[in-house]
Amino acid sequence: MSDSNGQAVHAAALDTFPRLLMHHAAVRPNRPAMREKEYGIWQTYTWAEVAQNVRAIACGLAELGFKRGDRLAIIGDNRPRLYWSVAACQCLGGIPVMLYQDAVAQEMAYVLQDAEIRFAVVEDQEQVDKMLEILPDVPFLAHVIYDDPRGLRHYTQSLLMGLDSLQEAGRIHDRNHTDFLDAEIDKGAGDDISVMLYTSGTTGKPKGVCQTHGAFIAAAQGAMQVDGLTDGEDILSYLPMAWVGDHLFSFAQAMVAGFTINCPESGETVMTDLREIGPTYYFAPPRVFENLLTQVMIRMEDATALKRKLFHHFLGVAQRCGADILDGKPVSTGDRLQYWLGNLLVFGPLKNVLGMSRIRVAYTAGAAIGPDLFRFYRSIGVNLKQFYGQTETCAYVCLQPDGQIKFDSVGKPAPFVEVKLAHNGEILVKGPMLLKAYYKRPDATAESINADGYFMTGDAGFFDAEGHLKIIDRAKDVGKLTDGSMFAPNYIENKLKFFQHIKEAVTFGSGRDYVTAFINIDLEAVGNWAERQGMAYSGYTDLASQSKVYDLIRDCVEKVNADLAADPKMSGSQIKRFLILHKELDADDGELTRTRKVRRNFVAERYAVLIDALFSGRKIQHIETVVKYEDGREGRVSADLRIEEAKTFAPQAAKRAA
Amino acid sequence: MMMNDIAQAAHAQEQANGRRVGDVILDLQNISLSFGGVKALTNISFNVREHEIRSIIGPNGAGKSSMLNVMNGVYHPQEGRIMFRGEERRKMDPHVAAAQGIARTFQNIALFKGMSVLDNIMTGRNLKMKCNMLQHALFWGRAQEEEIEHRMKVEEVIEFLEIQSIRKTPVGRLPYGLQKRVELGRALAAEPSLLLLDEPMAGMNVEEKQDMCRFILDVNDQFGTTIVLIEHDMGVVMDISDRVVVLDYGKKIGDGAPDEVKNNPEVIAAYLGTSH
Repeated sequence: MSDSNGQAVHAAALDTFPRLLMHHAAVRPNRPAMREKEYGIWQTYTWAEVAQNVRAIACGLAELGFKRGDRLAIIGDNRPRLYWSVAACQCLGGIPVMLYQDAVAQEMAYVLQDAEIRFAVVEDQEQVDKMLEILPDVPFLAHVIYDDPRGLRHYTQSLLMGLDSLQEAGRIHDRNHTDFLDAEIDKGAGDDISVMLYTSGTTGKPKGVCQTHGAFIAAAQGAMQVDGLTDGEDILSYLPMAWVGDHLFSFAQAMVAGFTINCPESGETVMTDLREIGPTYYFAPPRVFENLLTQVMIRMEDATALKRKLFHHFLGVAQRCGADILDGKPVSTGDRLQYWLGNLLVFGPLKNVLGMSRIRVAYTAGAAIGPDLFRFYRSIGVNLKQFYGQTETCAYVCLQPDGQIKFDSVGKPAPFVEVKLAHNGEILVKGPMLLKAYYKRPDATAESINADGYFMTGDAGFFDAEGHLKIIDRAKDVGKLTDGSMFAPNYIENKLKFFQHIKEAVTFGSGRDYVTAFINIDLEAVGNWAERQGMAYSGYTDLASQSKVYDLIRDCVEKVNADLAADPKMSGSQIKRFLILHKELDADDGELTRTRKVRRNFVAERYAVLIDALFSGRKIQHIETVVKYEDGREGRVSADLRIEEAKTFAPQAAKRAA
Repeated sequence: MMMNDIAQAAHAQEQANGRRVGDVILDLQNISLSFGGVKALTNISFNVREHEIRSIIGPNGAGKSSMLNVMNGVYHPQEGRIMFRGEERRKMDPHVAAAQGIARTFQNIALFKGMSVLDNIMTGRNLKMKCNMLQHALFWGRAQEEEIEHRMKVEEVIEFLEIQSIRKTPVGRLPYGLQKRVELGRALAAEPSLLLLDEPMAGMNVEEKQDMCRFILDVNDQFGTTIVLIEHDMGVVMDISDRVVVLDYGKKIGDGAPDEVKNNPEVIAAYLGTSH
């Protein structure tokens, strides 16, 4: 992305992240590399400071005996010092392994064993306690380094060490062996493994995906090309570090482009922090956008009549022409004028409240986004786009180019990426961003990369007329009903989840006569609705069982049925019977992955009685479930669940009903 | 010589911060308090040691809150002596007690409902502010520096109690459990050496109680603050206290380590119930 010759020559050597870091420290030493809100103030670290800190951590690790190829576990929220640890580990030719910080200890034990972790850098007492708990299962764990010493003063275990002391030791080491670290960085090569990311494991045990420096750098460069990213971008880093997306946006792209990452003060302050930073480049999974919109709508309902009127009037204008204005399409002068006024009175202030005033590019991925939701953000002038990718491809396969945005596609193949479809509709990809291997799993590696070097994504999809890729479902989840019509569970569930009252849905139908669904209501949205209806309820279980709520949800299900009836391929898979679950599906109970995707098989097994009831025509079914609290204790929830029927539509009748 | 200095410094550090119970700092001797004809406290003696967590338990109306009010000078007992750090205290006013490093929270939350969390905690710094009102009003000279210093302390408290997300929220809009936490924050902002907590966990659910327990233990551990605590939840009291004193009808009926108190037949009869 360099313009001058001098930089181009230099760029050839910038093939690892440590080299990129040292490059930025030399070229833009005083530009902010990271900010973190602490004590109510945004504290800034320049590239030069980051480089110094990374050096200190790296040398400290070396002093402890960290060797090339060693794996370093990194567990915690998005803290600058944890990002530094990633870079420090890479400086020494080690492989950082990030873990989801909210995982319970036993889940962590598997990854620590699999990756044979000897060194771990963790955030605080909570994570230290988890490490100590699983120590008997992970006997080779020799060093646990913690960032925040609070509450740890009386811990006497010899394997514990503060990151401050480690850095201090590192600084001394660096002074005494001035050439050591530079020599280590020189030993690195572009096709070394730069990071190991564990797949969240929708099925089976998690696998460690080994990615090289080259893969992530290529993915970052491609994205920079498409969106014209510069070193002036600001991004909020608030998604788990263990997730490939965060590693791409907050680490790889920031390192390649040299822009600033901002770490929120705490998990609860993200919205405030977002507003204060006003990022220019933003990523959020669809549910974050959805929560924001739900909150805005709820607050608007409590606003004065005049404000409500203004809001809805200009929202109408935005829906009519906002997206076209954003895409640079021709729009009448009258509409433009109205939109300008709307921007002044409504959209501008609204974007400001949401922290989206400065956004040039916003991305969403990970799950399908509802058309209304997508349109809403684009219509108020937020350049929201979608991409497609997975851990194995550095989250980089397809991107929506500016001006060619469709809510139901994921865009065109990104630079350097080749995409083709297998005969069964499975999406195959090839490019520099592909994984090097699954850690210690040559069988899995061989299984997922075919003879021609294409990675088999496991997703089913097709290209539309303009060459945009459309994803339907997981290839293995696409099934058939007994009458032979196609059943794509995700496709239907996404349609259900687009309704604000439905938080989660799981559909069943493969090998059955008809389709049925489990529904999780959205407590906030339905709760607010119930309040306005004057309904009393004591909590989720109570609310979910009320007949008025069933009516509300049936209405949504029937709308989805009408929608499905309109699509000749899908009309056979309309939902005939459904129930509302008595508890929210939860990652702590193993029902969702840590990235909040439904673990279909697990849910089907756990609630087998409910599925039987759905398909046997029963009207009511008792269920008792064990739930796990965050601290590991268990409790029980039981309920009698009602099962209701929903209207289905003949394919021809669809238009009238919709 | 060097080594010695370092060892000494380390020792001093440990003394200042550690969970090491030290000497008696507050000694209550034969305290009796009555309001007109009502005897609230009768001839009660017990002491509080430095760095310990000392609980006062007892049925409703046993005189627990009155006891706290005696400790921080709101009530003046008719009989008895109060020794604080080796000196006898006579007719002390609450603000003098506060200046001596005694802070407290209340059974019924006593915060400024319309003010933000930040401002409420800032009021805890009141006694440490040296500039006059005019300087503060003009935000001029020394006042500016002082404000920044105090804000830093307050921010440390906010981080410690993990309430960053509600920093600017008016207290009246917060749920009860968080208001209790803010009240603790205000007490902590005064950097007390003795912290009196009047039912800090009343009306909380299990999770909130666990959080509060952790904060109390952390305060005690991190800052070495001595804590006197009134609490009804026996599980909590037995878990976190070093010593427990039991009151009933204004009289002391038990005093000692949690296990001793638990097995004291008089205490069981009066408070824990005789059924078992």
